[in-house]
Amino acid sequence: MNQIDKDITMVSGPPKDINITQKIATFIGVAGLLILVLAAFNVNFPNKGLWLAIALASIAGGIILFSKGAYGNKQEGIKNDGVWFKGISSRGFVAWVAGIAMTSFYVVLYFFEGLLGANPGAANTGVISLFDPLSRMLSGNDASQWFVYGTLYTVAIVAFGIKFMWKYRNNKYERLRTFSVMFFQTGFAFIIPELMARLNSDTFKLPYTDIKSIWPLNYGNFDQYRVDEYINAGNVGLFLLIFGVASILIVTPIMTYKFGKRWYCSWVCGCGGLAETAGDPFRQLSDKSTAAWKVERWVIHSVVVFSVVMTTAVISTYLGYDSEKYWFTKDTFLLCVVSILTLVIGLLFAFRRDELMKDAKIGAIGYFAIVLATIGLHYSSADSIFLIETGSLRQSYGFLIGAVFSGVIGTGFYPIFGNRVWCRFGCPMAAIMGMQQRFFSKFRITTNGGQCISCGNCSTYCEMGIDVKAYAQKGQNIVRSSCVGCGVCSAVCPRGVLKLENGEDSGDSRYDSDPITFGNDGVKLNV
Amino acid sequence: MKHIAIIGNGISGVTAARHIRKLSDHKITLISAETEHFFSRTALMYVYMGHMKPEHIKPYEDHFWAKNRIDLKMGFVSNVDASNKKLLFDSGEEMHFDDLIIASGSKPNKFGWKGQDLDGVQGLYSWQDLELMEENSVNCDRAVIVGGGLIGIEMAEMFLSRGIKVTFLVREKRFWGSVLPKEEGELVSRHILSHHVDLRFETELDEIIPDENGRVKAIRTKDGEEIMCQFVGLTAGVGPNTSFLKDGSVALNRGVLVNDFLETNIPNVYSIGDCAEFHQHPTGRRNMEQVWYTGKMMGETVAQTICGNKTAYKPGVWFNSAKFFDIEYQTYGWVWAEPKENEAILYWEHTDGKKCLKLVYDMTDNSFLAANVFGIRLRHKVLDYWIKHKTKIKVVLQNLEDANFEPEFYENSFPEIKKQFQSQIP
Repeated sequence: MNQIDKDITMVSGPPKDINITQKIATFIGVAGLLILVLAAFNVNFPNKGLWLAIALASIAGGIILFSKGAYGNKQEGIKNDGVWFKGISSRGFVAWVAGIAMTSFYVVLYFFEGLLGANPGAANTGVISLFDPLSRMLSGNDASQWFVYGTLYTVAIVAFGIKFMWKYRNNKYERLRTFSVMFFQTGFAFIIPELMARLNSDTFKLPYTDIKSIWPLNYGNFDQYRVDEYINAGNVGLFLLIFGVASILIVTPIMTYKFGKRWYCSWVCGCGGLAETAGDPFRQLSDKSTAAWKVERWVIHSVVVFSVVMTTAVISTYLGYDSEKYWFTKDTFLLCVVSILTLVIGLLFAFRRDELMKDAKIGAIGYFAIVLATIGLHYSSADSIFLIETGSLRQSYGFLIGAVFSGVIGTGFYPIFGNRVWCRFGCPMAAIMGMQQRFFSKFRITTNGGQCISCGNCSTYCEMGIDVKAYAQKGQNIVRSSCVGCGVCSAVCPRGVLKLENGEDSGDSRYDSDPITFGNDGVKLNV
Repeated sequence: MKHIAIIGNGISGVTAARHIRKLSDHKITLISAETEHFFSRTALMYVYMGHMKPEHIKPYEDHFWAKNRIDLKMGFVSNVDASNKKLLFDSGEEMHFDDLIIASGSKPNKFGWKGQDLDGVQGLYSWQDLELMEENSVNCDRAVIVGGGLIGIEMAEMFLSRGIKVTFLVREKRFWGSVLPKEEGELVSRHILSHHVDLRFETELDEIIPDENGRVKAIRTKDGEEIMCQFVGLTAGVGPNTSFLKDGSVALNRGVLVNDFLETNIPNVYSIGDCAEFHQHPTGRRNMEQVWYTGKMMGETVAQTICGNKTAYKPGVWFNSAKFFDIEYQTYGWVWAEPKENEAILYWEHTDGKKCLKLVYDMTDNSFLAANVFGIRLRHKVLDYWIKHKTKIKVVLQNLEDANFEPEFYENSFPEIKKQFQSQIP
C-alpha cells in the first residue's frame, strides 16, 4: 500500500449527502422556522421582538452556514455536482414536500390570512403579531400578513443571495447582479415603503409604493384609490404617479434597448430576485421542449393582453363616471391606448416582419383586433362597461394572475416546475420587455465561433427553458424574448462559448448564424 | 432518390445526415449499436457527476429525427459487403445502400497490459462505458487512471465528484506532455494536484492484479510499486473502431483510408470522423484527428459530395478546447509542445497561477501563428482571422482586446498582457 494523500476534506462522500456543517446549519435554520410555526399556532412568545430576531437570524444564519458547508472548502468553479442525484433539486420526495409546504403557505397568505393571525379591526395574533415590533419600528404601524411576507421574502433574497454569490464567486457578473437584487429588495421593496408610511397622517396619505415595481407587473398601480391618493398627496404623490407612468413608457424602453430585459428581470425585480436566489437550486427543472416554448408564447402574451384590457377598463371606467375629477378624459385616454398599441404593432410589422413566426403574426394581429374591438365597444356605448363588468375583471385578474399564477404556482412550485415559471409563462412586464428585447435591442448572447460541443449544460441550467445549445451548436446568436440575462448559461459552459453582450448593432446582424461549422473552409452555403 | 446508410450516430454521422437532409430528399438511415438517439459524447462525464440527466445530453429532441425523415436503426453492423452494396447485421438482417458513410468512431486504446480485461478495468468512450463505470464505482475507494490526456483528467474529475480517491499515472514529465508545452502542462498539473489527485509523473503501468474473483485489486507500476485500487481507467488515447470491416474490401490502415474527398477505395463508400484516416491530411496535420469539431466539419463536407456538389475536406485554422477541472482551455493554430526553430513565444501567466496566455509567432516574418489560453476566453473569429491572414504580431498585440470573450465585468488582464508582450517583441 502506498502513501496516499490523507487530506480528503474536499471530498465529502457521494454528492447527495450533506456534510456535518450543513447538518448543523439545517438544524439552526429549521429551529428558526419552528419559532415562526409555533407562533402561527398561537404559542405566545413573551418578548416578541427578541424571538422574532432569533427566528430571522437563525433562518438567515442557517442558510449562510449551509452555503459555507457546501462551497467553503471547494475551489472556485461550477458547483453542479450531484444536482440530479439530490431529491430536492430533482423533483424527489423532499422537493414535493417543499413544494406542497410553500404552496400551502401561499394559499394561506392570499386567502386565509386569519390563520396567520390577521384580525380585522382588532390586534394581531399568531405569527403576524410576532412581527408587530419590527413593523412598528419601521412604519409605526402593526404588521399585516403582507409585512410578514415581505420580511421573509427579503430575508430569503439576502440569505440565499449570499449563498448564490458564494457558489458563483468566480463570476463577477453573477456577484454584481445578485448584490443588485439584494439591494433593490431590501431598500426599495422593503424598507423605503415602510418608512414612507411614516409620512402618512390624517391629511396626507401616500399609497404603499415600491417604485421599482412597474405596471403591468404591479397591475393595480393605476387603480382609482391609488391614483386619487397620489393626486391628493401633492408634489410627492404626483411625482410618484408620473414616475409610475414613465417607468413603463420611457425608462423601460430605453433600458431594454440598451441592455435587454435583464436590467430589470435579473438585476432589479423582486420576483426575479427570489427566483435567482432562493430559486437557484431549481433552475434546471424548467421544461426545454419546443412544445413548452409554444405554450409559453401563447400564455404569456394572453396575460399581457388580459392585463392591458383590464387596466384600460379600470382606468376608463373611473375616468368615465368621475370625469369632473380628472383633467384626463376617458376619450383621450382610450385614444392614447389605441395609439400606443397601434404604434407598437405597426413598428413590429414595419421593421421586423421577417422575424415573426407564423403563430406570432396570428397572435399579434388577432389580439390587436380583440383589444381594439373591446375598446371600440366601450367607446361607442357611453356608459356601458367592457363586455365583462370592470370590477369583476379587475378581481379575476387579481385572483388568477396576481395570486394564483405569480404566487401559488409561480413560487410555491419552484421545486417542481423550476424557479421562473411565473416570469416565463405569466409576467406581463416580462412579455412587454421580451417583445422589445427580441426585436429592438442591442442585447444578445453571442456564440463563440465553432467551439460548441453540444454538451447541453447551457440548456439544462437555463431557468427560462431556452434550448440555448440549439443556437450555440449552429453558431447562432441567442436572441430570445424570454431570456432574462442571468448569465448562467455562459457560466456553466465548459468551452467558453457563450457571452452576454450589448452589441453595437440592434439590426439584422443580431440574428446572423453560421450554417457551417466556423472554420470549415471547404464548404460554402448560400443560406 | 438514393438510400444513404450511415454507420454511427455520433457527431460526424449525425452532421452528415442533417446536411444531406438540408440538401436533398434522399432516404437516410442512421445506424447505431450504442444508443437510439444521438448524444454528446463529450458530455458523458456530466451525467456521471449529476450535472445532467441522460436526456439533457441529447442535442436534438426525440421528434427531430422523424420530422427530418432521418430513419434510426439500432443494430450492430457485423460486415460490409461493398461489392453488393449491402450491410450485414449481427442479427442476420441485411440492408441495401446506395451510398455508405462509415462514421463508427473510436474505442479506447489497450496496449496489451497484463490484466487489461479484468473486471473493473475499462476506458470511457461509449454510453455502455458510462453504464459500466457506474457499476464499477460501487464500493470503489480508489481508482487508478492510466494515461494523462483529456479523457484521463475527465475521469479523475468524475471520480472526485463521487468521493472516490484517484491515483493518476502519467507517462510524461507533466500532464498531457505530448501536446502541452512545459508552462501550460505545469499549470494544469498544479491544478490537478490542488484537487488532491495522487498524480504520478513518469510512471507507467506494468500489470493489473486480480483478486480471486477476477476483479482488479491492485496495479503494479513499472517501478514495482503496488497500488491497491478497485478500478482502473485506461485512458491512453483512442483508436479507430473498424473491426467490423473484416472482409478487407474497404482499405484500412489504422483507420479507414480516405482521400481529400473523404472517399474510400470503394466508390460510394465514404468515411468521416474518428475512424477516418487520410492518406495524407489536406493541411498536413495528423492523418487522424479524433476531435468533435473535425468530425462535424467532415460531416458537412461529405454531405455536399453525396448530394452532387463534390467538395474537398478543407478544415481551416485548427482549434480545440477542453476543461481541466475548473480551468478552461482553448487553443488556436498549432502550439507545439516544443517550439519549432522559427517560432518565438510570448507567455504571460496570472499571479494566481491559474490563467495564462501563450502567443506563438514566426520570427522570420513576425506573423502570428497560434495561441494557447487557460482560464480566459478568447473570441474564435478574431483568432481565426489573425492566424489565417498571417497578421503581424505587432498588430495582434495592438488589437489584443478585440479577442476578449470574457463575461462582462471580469477582471481584465488584457492591458497587462499587452504591456508585457509589447516589451518582448522586437
